[in-house]
Amino acid sequence: MFYREAGQFKTSYKSDQAIFPILQDRIGLGLIVAIALIGIPFIATDGFLNSIMIPFLILALAAIGLNILTGYCGQLSLGTGAFMGVGAYSCYKLATIFPDVTILVHILLSGFFAAAAGVIFGLPSLRIKGLYLAITTLAAQFFLEWMFVRWGWLFNYNESGAIQNVPQKLFGVQITGAAADPVTRYLVVLSIVVFLTWIASNIIRGRIGRSWMMIRDMDIAAELMGIKPLNAKLSAFAVSSYFCGVAGALMVFFWLGSAEADVFNINLSFQVLFMVIIGGMGSLIGSFMGAAFIFVLPVVIRTIPRVLGLDIGGATVEHVSTMAIGALIVLFLIVEPHGLARLWQIGKEKLRNWPFPYG
Amino acid sequence: MSEELLNVQNVTLRFGGVTAIEDISFDIQKGEIRAIIGPNGAGKTSMLNVINGFYHPQEGTITFRGETRRKMKPYEAAASGIARTFQNVALFKNMSTLDNIMSGRSLKMNRGFISQMFYYGPAREEEIAQRKKVEEIIDFLEIPHIRRQPVGKLPYGLQKRVELGRALALEPDLLLLDEPMAGMNLEEKEDMSRFILDVNQQFGTTIALIEHDMGVVMDLADRVVVLDYGKKIGDGLPAEVQADQAVIDAYLGVPH
Repeated sequence: MFYREAGQFKTSYKSDQAIFPILQDRIGLGLIVAIALIGIPFIATDGFLNSIMIPFLILALAAIGLNILTGYCGQLSLGTGAFMGVGAYSCYKLATIFPDVTILVHILLSGFFAAAAGVIFGLPSLRIKGLYLAITTLAAQFFLEWMFVRWGWLFNYNESGAIQNVPQKLFGVQITGAAADPVTRYLVVLSIVVFLTWIASNIIRGRIGRSWMMIRDMDIAAELMGIKPLNAKLSAFAVSSYFCGVAGALMVFFWLGSAEADVFNINLSFQVLFMVIIGGMGSLIGSFMGAAFIFVLPVVIRTIPRVLGLDIGGATVEHVSTMAIGALIVLFLIVEPHGLARLWQIGKEKLRNWPFPYG
Repeated sequence: MSEELLNVQNVTLRFGGVTAIEDISFDIQKGEIRAIIGPNGAGKTSMLNVINGFYHPQEGTITFRGETRRKMKPYEAAASGIARTFQNVALFKNMSTLDNIMSGRSLKMNRGFISQMFYYGPAREEEIAQRKKVEEIIDFLEIPHIRRQPVGKLPYGLQKRVELGRALALEPDLLLLDEPMAGMNLEEKEDMSRFILDVNQQFGTTIALIEHDMGVVMDLADRVVVLDYGKKIGDGLPAEVQADQAVIDAYLGVPH
């Protein structure tokens, strides 16, 4: 009833090609941004920000990264965790080598190292596809993880073998390190994630994004339209790994505080892949939904017994919530194999036609 | 006689021990509709694949617009002005009709990565300029109503039409159509024939056409090449080919 585009006429291709051509969507997005930017910092507790909002945003960014590669360009990758690690380790090196430069610059630059790693390990994609490509990206996962442990220079030969965030200030406000306020860290992460999501949506709707989707849907025809598979695939690997690298750097500097190589293991790769699959391949909003489903939902489910005042042992809660989430994943994939983003789309379609069953 | 656009000289294509095309030569004149016909397995599609660079022939040369080459990548063929459609529709099925036809404009777009990242100024203007061209094609093919629909869900006849639109978006000099009317009913065939003739006459596009419907071939084509078992068995005006004993034998068989 409220979600109608009736009366909204577009008189130029410019307005037709806007990211959100429908007024209600723009209002909705404005509301979400207002809540995220003003509402949450005021009402949220430190714990909520630290254990839900910050990781959610960071993992959503990683999911966008993988979605670019797998959802938009059709190249399956299991090396996400390792590419995130490359971002984290290069950010640590940059921050310790140039301590005077602001961490934001380091974080955005560290993505380029991950992009380079992505391109190198993306080279096999020129000859192999699908599951076989996924296996070759495992090589990236294992090799890079091994390198994080063995190459002492990467973690400045410290005893623990872990990398730590470097306390830094921006405009006199502590943004990283133990002394940084969670609200500040949340706002920094939010701005970076929103900015990069906007960049991703721009690339996707332009020529480059189209060339990725062409390769995904029908690589033979894409070549006939003048697309060079080399450029399209490697640029997808580069952009995707850039996003993952930035997410990895954010993870260490704004969420965990310190990390060992083990953080970037294959479990992380799988976790991000599940976010993409559950959220919806080839959808940016789906990446956020997937991150919410895979990361936030378990946290929420675990707190339910405590909120209800039930006295259940911690281990039981852990087991029950794991089972519940497993069941939910199966249920959602049966209901809609194309992910939450598709459900969202169908919902919007239904709203648009309401009260009629179809338009 | 008009000028020559494409010349295939003594092309032989083998896959291991199988000779798909054997010593075939023919030419395509600028502005004509040239049909390639023959029974199943005659090597027609292989011939198109050789012309646009999917297959590299072992022997022979191909001269397109005065340039002779033996090996060529498909995207180089596209850049030199050759577009094609496929026998079994090869659209980008998750993309909308609009995006599919836009994809045909890829070669005309060259704005850099940075400008695309921010979608400002040049990148946006380019997108809008190309969109206008694409809308012209959509109007020409009479498919504005399916502009936003993912092509995977369209009926077959419309998919074929979108695929023609996508090939037209390249503004090719030579358009290769691989069975554009396969599996269509009479009405759809008539529509498609009309579009092919319009493309040929309005845009002056040279067309090479593979088709099994002889009625269509005889009506549309200016000249016909006949292949059988990878060899050329006939070449000439539709009426000449129709009367050729070798061609009739290839289609109907010979008494033993």
